[in-house]
Amino acid sequence: MKEEKRVKRPPRGPMAPPQKAKNFKSAITRLFKELKSFKALIIISMILAIAGAVLSIMAPNRLADLTDEISKGLIVNTKNVKKLTETVTTSLNNEKMQEILDLQLNEKTTLEVMSSSEISPLEKEEFSNFLNSMSSAKPEDILNNLANLSSNVLNILLKDSVYQNVTITSQDKIDLLKMAKNKKTQDIPANIEKVLFSEITIDGVKLISQEQAKFLELIASVQDTNNAQEFYQKLDKAPKNIRKVIEPTMNMKQIKKIGIILITMYLASALFTYIEQISMTDVSNKFAKKLRTSISNKINRLPLKYFDKHSTGDILSRVTNDVDMIAMNMNQSLATLVSALTLFLGTIIMMFYTNWIMALTAIFSSFLGFIFMSLVLSKSQKYFSARQEELGNLNGHIEEVYSGLNVVKVYNGTKEANKKFDEYNKKVYEANRKSQFLSGLMMPMMGFIGNLGYVAVCIVGAVLTMKNQISFGVIVAFITYVRLFTSPLSQIAQAMTSMQSTAAASERVFAFVDEEEMDDEKNIIKSLSRSKVKGNIEFKNVVFKYDGNDKPTIKNFSAMAHSGEKIAIVGPTGAGKTTMVNLLMKFYEIDSGDILIDGISTKELTRENIHGLFTMVLQDTWVFDGTIKENIVYNRQNISDEEVKEVCKIVGLDHFIKTLPKGYNSKILDNDTISAGQKQLLTIARGMLEDTPFLILDEATSNVDTRTEELVQKAMDKLTEGRTSFIIAHRLSTIKNADLILVMKDGNIIETGNHEQLMQLNGFYAELYNSQFEI
Amino acid sequence: MLKLLKGLNKKIYFYIAISFILIFAQVWLELKMPDYMSEITVLVQTEGSKMADILKNGGYMMLCALGSLVSAIIVGYFIANVAALFSLETRKKLFTKVENLAVHEVKQFSTSSLITRTTNDITQIEMFLAMGVQLLIKAPITAIWAVTKILNKSWQWSTLTGIAVIILLTVIGILTAIVMPRFKIVQKLIDKINGVTRENLTGIRVVRAFNAEKFQQDKFDDVNNRLTKQQLFNQKTFAIMMPIMYLVMYFLTLFIYLIGANLIDTALMADKISLFGDMVVFSSYAMQVIMSFLMLAMIFMMMPRASISAKRIREVLDEDITITDGNLTTIPTNEVGTVEFKNVSFMYPDAEEYLLEDISFKVKKGQTVAFIGSTGSGKSTLVNLIPRFYDVTKGEILVDGINIKDYKQYDLHNKIGYVPQKAVLFNGTIKENVAYGDNGQEISDKQVEEAIRIAQAEEFVLKMDNKYNSHIAARGTNISGGQKQRLAIARAIAKKPEIYIFDDSFSALDYKTDATLRKELKKYTKEATTLIVAQRIGTIMHADQIIVLDNGKCVGIGTHKELLKSCEVYKQIALSQISEEELAK
Repeated sequence: MKEEKRVKRPPRGPMAPPQKAKNFKSAITRLFKELKSFKALIIISMILAIAGAVLSIMAPNRLADLTDEISKGLIVNTKNVKKLTETVTTSLNNEKMQEILDLQLNEKTTLEVMSSSEISPLEKEEFSNFLNSMSSAKPEDILNNLANLSSNVLNILLKDSVYQNVTITSQDKIDLLKMAKNKKTQDIPANIEKVLFSEITIDGVKLISQEQAKFLELIASVQDTNNAQEFYQKLDKAPKNIRKVIEPTMNMKQIKKIGIILITMYLASALFTYIEQISMTDVSNKFAKKLRTSISNKINRLPLKYFDKHSTGDILSRVTNDVDMIAMNMNQSLATLVSALTLFLGTIIMMFYTNWIMALTAIFSSFLGFIFMSLVLSKSQKYFSARQEELGNLNGHIEEVYSGLNVVKVYNGTKEANKKFDEYNKKVYEANRKSQFLSGLMMPMMGFIGNLGYVAVCIVGAVLTMKNQISFGVIVAFITYVRLFTSPLSQIAQAMTSMQSTAAASERVFAFVDEEEMDDEKNIIKSLSRSKVKGNIEFKNVVFKYDGNDKPTIKNFSAMAHSGEKIAIVGPTGAGKTTMVNLLMKFYEIDSGDILIDGISTKELTRENIHGLFTMVLQDTWVFDGTIKENIVYNRQNISDEEVKEVCKIVGLDHFIKTLPKGYNSKILDNDTISAGQKQLLTIARGMLEDTPFLILDEATSNVDTRTEELVQKAMDKLTEGRTSFIIAHRLSTIKNADLILVMKDGNIIETGNHEQLMQLNGFYAELYNSQFEI
Repeated sequence: MLKLLKGLNKKIYFYIAISFILIFAQVWLELKMPDYMSEITVLVQTEGSKMADILKNGGYMMLCALGSLVSAIIVGYFIANVAALFSLETRKKLFTKVENLAVHEVKQFSTSSLITRTTNDITQIEMFLAMGVQLLIKAPITAIWAVTKILNKSWQWSTLTGIAVIILLTVIGILTAIVMPRFKIVQKLIDKINGVTRENLTGIRVVRAFNAEKFQQDKFDDVNNRLTKQQLFNQKTFAIMMPIMYLVMYFLTLFIYLIGANLIDTALMADKISLFGDMVVFSSYAMQVIMSFLMLAMIFMMMPRASISAKRIREVLDEDITITDGNLTTIPTNEVGTVEFKNVSFMYPDAEEYLLEDISFKVKKGQTVAFIGSTGSGKSTLVNLIPRFYDVTKGEILVDGINIKDYKQYDLHNKIGYVPQKAVLFNGTIKENVAYGDNGQEISDKQVEEAIRIAQAEEFVLKMDNKYNSHIAARGTNISGGQKQRLAIARAIAKKPEIYIFDDSFSALDYKTDATLRKELKKYTKEATTLIVAQRIGTIMHADQIIVLDNGKCVGIGTHKELLKSCEVYKQIALSQISEEELAK
């Protein structure tokens, strides 16, 4: 039962083509006009949306700065490395070596060597060779050759000495020689290190000789001079102070600063978005409420003729679907559109500002993807429409078969129904396959466009970085730009489609709100009070034609009803019986002639006044969600429970109501709790509560079985006493005791009189009456 | 929901399996990309790198992107096929099932609910399959894979990502917990606002007659206010989600960088550059992890709707078919046109009381039997037992001397011309509607025209633009109730059945048409057996047999005259319609 109450609307796929407005521009203009009272909030939201977008464009640049700062901590301080290398290598030159060695190569020492008994002849020979080569050898070779001599010899040649206040033993000197020869700096004696590398200061860091020696040792051990990795690995073994000088430093202070700026920006942007969303939610929901109220108000101001031409479902879908559509799109699309546009333009500007080559790369690669995508999607539109259509056909068929299932079964129509079903189902399947596939393409294609832009930016960025035209941070920034740039494009496209549907929806809503209303009754001053009305009604040459009909439904109708009379209107379907009621109640305006109540034209009375004089019970039973009591009391106040019970007793409902679990407070939820006949009795009870001079019963007992009807009839006869009543009835037995029977056919009264008179006349009425008893 | 996938075309499983493998490939390719990205980063950072290396890595990366696109397209193709195949087959299953349900089972579900189940519910699941299945496979694979790639890089970064995921999921969880139940309230309020408006529209004349416009408006305003308030609360609560989501993602990147700065600063010289590359890569993997968790969250939000739909579909599919064909293959012809009820009792399954109790009667060929009684007396149910819309609880019904349960339903139905209380017309021409169904023989145009004439429909049919070929809209909305009813009667006549069943089919007609129609029909159906359910005494007073029902029991059988004397209930009904003098006539 629940589903029935909802407005039916085929589910639209995510990519279903938007419903188009007839006049997009005027619909949107109108929409914005209606939004005027929300102007301030909307403007604030738009500003916030723009601010948020601007922040999200600026953030990547800060992030790039951050990356740059971090990458400053990656590469060694080349300047210091050079300086240090130079210092340590010059420290180790020959001159200095010789000074330190203080070589005692004179006659005395030569003699001492040659005459020493501890020195073997071979060593002596080497020594003399050394002496001989002295004159021809280069200075660095001399030291090398010296190193080759045995330590016994060297002990004599290199005596302990004092250099720069440091005593250097001959053993130290020998070690130094050996080290110089083998290039093994770690073997440098501590004493010598001290004198060899004088303390230096680089960038405020004092480097003692030991550290310099270590550094020298490290660079000396690098084998492959082109391998940075090996070099860095050696560096990691360097003394702390050395590393301090040559290792890269990050400006932590700066990094912290950028970090704080970024946090602030992100927070601000989130806050802006939140406030913007909240205010747009406020606007859209309050606007939706306003629209719904005005539609609902409008329903009560429209003439009945409007409802002849428009279905309930149509109006309902405006109250819910269309208004929802407007509210939802306004909530999402408006701000999205503004921020997406800002983002889009802002990103382009920022990209060009940062680097034009990179900008062109990003834009070009994104557009390439988008052209590809729009090519695919433009082809797919027709499948989405086809899907909707085929689904509609299939659903129609299912609805038809299910609701006529009995007939389908008895007439063996299942085979045919199945054949048709398979046909429609197959078509839906084909359309489904295609449209689902194409709508599934969207996501991966968006992803691919993103990747394409990413790679393009990386490659071009790498080239530019190597040429030292940009820093690495720029690449990072552009990676974000590409993302920022591609998402608004699809957002704008989406927002545009939803604007289309919004326009279509608002067109429908405003068309309804702008419908012509009933005549204004402000000028009417006359009024009839219920207690003073005598109860005479006169029809004077009444002519009435429904809109759109060629011929009038009521042609020149005249009749007089006197106070307290019971007037029955009979005739075949379509004779215009109900139209008479509509005219009496001033639901429709008559075209010519007049209807007079106690001699006063109904044209001179307000509708409200007239309605107050009549009690009306219709064939269409009308109950609403609510308790039985609420349904009977309806809009009237000060009705006691006793009064309600009283009328229910009269129509014979009291017993039934008492059997319900909650008695008079039972809810009328759906059709199951209460039958059609009982509903009709309920509406009769509702009418009985009113004490009016006039009573209209339009087939009021048609759904009640004949035995119950008789009971109600009796009660009603009591009720109609003293009132002027109009009774339309299908069953002629009901109206046999009427004072006046009007027999209508094709909009005209063809016979009048009471039952006996009409039967004697043996005309149309008699024929109708007798047909009840024919075979 | 998984159970619904059982027993479907084997292709579906094959497609899903292929998709699974391809999604694996896709995820692999997508996760490979950051590796190349990191290569490129290192190359750019290191002095002396060759351009060719960068191009090579860029090219690989592009290949990955392209490969992932291609596999995504193929997966998309298969998944679209899975979704479409699912709805094709499930809808067919459901449709066939509903066709075979007994009438009370249909009532139990309600026709409108069955329609929704066959249309909207299936579409709902189809959409879930089309979007959800991919995500459902992809999200966990991506999440797990990306996590394993991340884990060994640095515990600080991993912890950070973990915290981000937890914050996101908590926020989503809390918001959903707050808002979801309230979304249901909103749905109810929307139904209510629809209800109030519908009420105002359908009762517009009553509303105006009672001067209740203000009353209605107040009612509407009340619901409107509540709806707006609830919507505002929901949407404002939910509005916090997007900013937080973005905040978490941005902060995650930022803090990965800040932590990275510290790590690099304290790292050995040799590790710095690779650490930097790791940092860039990590931030993109972290994003992948976050994204896949978001996808999972999305699926869990989509899931309930689809699984409710699946449950509703399964409810119908699991319903047992209670009315089955008999085994009779050849139909003996020694007795024709008789209907006999032998001590028939009927009650709905699960009901406590009998709706019909111990009904026995027999109609012979060419006779008319009428059923009368007040609303709820069981007269419609009684005739609906004959075409087996329901099966009797006790006793048996014989048609042509054979128990109706022994017939094949097709054969039984061919003997019957049935006209329901509410005329059923289908989208199609008048001729198609009258010649509807399949009774083993072609219904000629002449037969159709004759049937229309007898049913007193000729007058208005000939006035229509295309006469017999005029189009009737779905459910016959373009013609009046009386006209629909006459066409429904014509349909029964055209079939030339052995047995006519008129289930209160004449009440929509005015007395005159009713009388003429029955007169014509009598002439035409002399050979046929007629069962009429009626409310009007006039309609049935000339029947050969009248059966008076009261609360499911037979309180009188006989002719009009006999019953007037013997049956108090019948007399009361008669007297409420015709005066004593006329009855005496």
